Amino acid sequence: MFKSYIKIAWKVLLRRKFFTFISLFGISFTLMILMVATSLFDHVFGPQMPEHDTDRLLFVNQIRVQVKEGYTNSGPASYSFFDRHVRSLKTPEKVSINSIFFQVNSYINNRKLALDIKYTDREFWDILNFNFLEGNAFTQQDVKSANRVAVINENTRAQYFGDAEAIGKEIVVDQVKYKVIGVVENVPVLRVQSYADIWVPITLKSQDFSKPGLRGTYFATIKARQSSDIPEIKAEYAAMMQEVERQHPEKDAKLFSFPDTFLESFARTFLGNGNDAGVGILYSILTVLALLFMLLPTINLVSINISRIMERSSEIGVRKAFGASSSTIIGQFIIENIFLTLLGGLLGFILSAGVLWLINDSGMIVYANLGLNLRVFAMGMLLCLVFGLISGVYPAYKMSRLQAVEALKGGSK
Amino acid sequence: MITLSNIEKVYQTKTIETVALQNVNLTVPKGEFLSIMGPSGCGKSTLLNIMGLLDIPSSGIVTIDGQPIETYKDKELAHIRNQKIGFVFQSYHLVNDLSVMDNVELPLLYRSSISGSERTKRAKAALEKVGLSARTQHYPNQLSGGQRQRVAIARALVGQPEIILADEPTGNLDSVMGEEVMNILLDLNRLDGTTIVMVTHDENMALKTERLVRFFDGQQVSDSKLIANFQQV
Repeated sequence: MFKSYIKIAWKVLLRRKFFTFISLFGISFTLMILMVATSLFDHVFGPQMPEHDTDRLLFVNQIRVQVKEGYTNSGPASYSFFDRHVRSLKTPEKVSINSIFFQVNSYINNRKLALDIKYTDREFWDILNFNFLEGNAFTQQDVKSANRVAVINENTRAQYFGDAEAIGKEIVVDQVKYKVIGVVENVPVLRVQSYADIWVPITLKSQDFSKPGLRGTYFATIKARQSSDIPEIKAEYAAMMQEVERQHPEKDAKLFSFPDTFLESFARTFLGNGNDAGVGILYSILTVLALLFMLLPTINLVSINISRIMERSSEIGVRKAFGASSSTIIGQFIIENIFLTLLGGLLGFILSAGVLWLINDSGMIVYANLGLNLRVFAMGMLLCLVFGLISGVYPAYKMSRLQAVEALKGGSK
Repeated sequence: MITLSNIEKVYQTKTIETVALQNVNLTVPKGEFLSIMGPSGCGKSTLLNIMGLLDIPSSGIVTIDGQPIETYKDKELAHIRNQKIGFVFQSYHLVNDLSVMDNVELPLLYRSSISGSERTKRAKAALEKVGLSARTQHYPNQLSGGQRQRVAIARALVGQPEIILADEPTGNLDSVMGEEVMNILLDLNRLDGTTIVMVTHDENMALKTERLVRFFDGQQVSDSKLIANFQQV
């Protein structure tokens, strides 16, 4: 029976070319937008190089100091804050302190090259999973001795050295010479905690270490021994913050800083409220947006489906006359509709792949490497099924209520 | 056997009430070839639809093989239609997107006990019976009117139903093709013992059947046995 349904679905699609085009265009275009959005979401928040173990990683990218009502000061924290209070936490497996990235200039054959540099400790390389194309990261000894060594990304290597190996060669950035000891795959700029073109030992910026105050230009990256330790780390961090707040010279000052997953830190930036990172609100907003976005083509599809199905009322009458019950008819039309939407989904995938390739190729997002991975694929399939069900159930239900005799006459009900 | 007792069918709109059938009492014994005649709008097709469980009467009782069907739910009615009844319509009602073979197989799709290969076998046999075994892969719009009606008959008989209900099966056909279709129905009745109820406008066709019931304004006005004629066929 299933084969027969698919066969007739296919025939109907071929016969009604214009309807097929409108339906498939609507489905595939909507899915493409959702797939590209999902891919972007996955690219930003999902486990991607170098942040593979996202379930064990926490990031601290800002501290907010509220001195008195209405006056707040927020941004990245200082090295001393992280060094004194965060590095000493007991529950994490490892804590890394690393700077935000700074834009620096370099010159190759009189051509100016704007690069982003980041100062990191050794733990940064232990916590994150960079893909090394050549060499290695700097050692604890390099950090301790403030050696002028650098890890560069493949784009910087290409700009400087073309196709040649870079290890052991020198690059000059803001008139400082560094010896290249490692080359890593490009990290997309959206991975703001890890991204740079050049990574150098944090001790080369030791003038920052003694700066007092809580605000500065540093991030912390924390790795848990296992994902179940995350709540414990957050609790220890919160207790530490209370203590720092208590010791703060200004009375009544309130301090806010949280070790967040990347998604939490993103949500907190826009929707955070006190201790709540706002992830729930973020998900709600995204879900509502996705549903709204899907609503229009779904309504459109429902209305096209109703007229399409009513045109087939004679067939419905015949099927009923020869033994199909209303539920069998509903099943048939839902299967047909899911078939159509899966076809639309397939086209949507091809379109998405094309659009993602264009985004990657355009350089719109620096070092973006958006792709249709398995998670995105599964999400797309699920969306297709939801789409197929939503847009098929109502017309099928409406049509199944038709009496066989009315359906044979042409179905006016 | 089909029995209709005190059947009434009223179509009600906001302003008008139309009585299509009134006080109809009719029994169709197993194996009978009954024809129903009457002017347009006298309720013949409505009666056939009620017999075929495609429509429900406003009042009265329909029984099939002694079972009153008024309490049956949609699924049970569908099951009876599938197992016991085959339909032939004036305008064929073939599914244009399906091949002749797929059209004929259609009633068997709703019998889960029949395998795909068995379906094909039975459909081929049904098409052979109506002389269309060479057209299995054609589509309805590639066939003549007579051929389409023969496909429709093959579809009606493929499930070996006890009853075939034919609503003006020759109404859209010329006299030669009409004759061909009529002969197929007569053979089905005579050789296989299928009960046939046929609505027709054609007196000649009606006279070939075993019994003729005439309707006028929703009421049965005559019921005559035509055994003599029937035996001559």
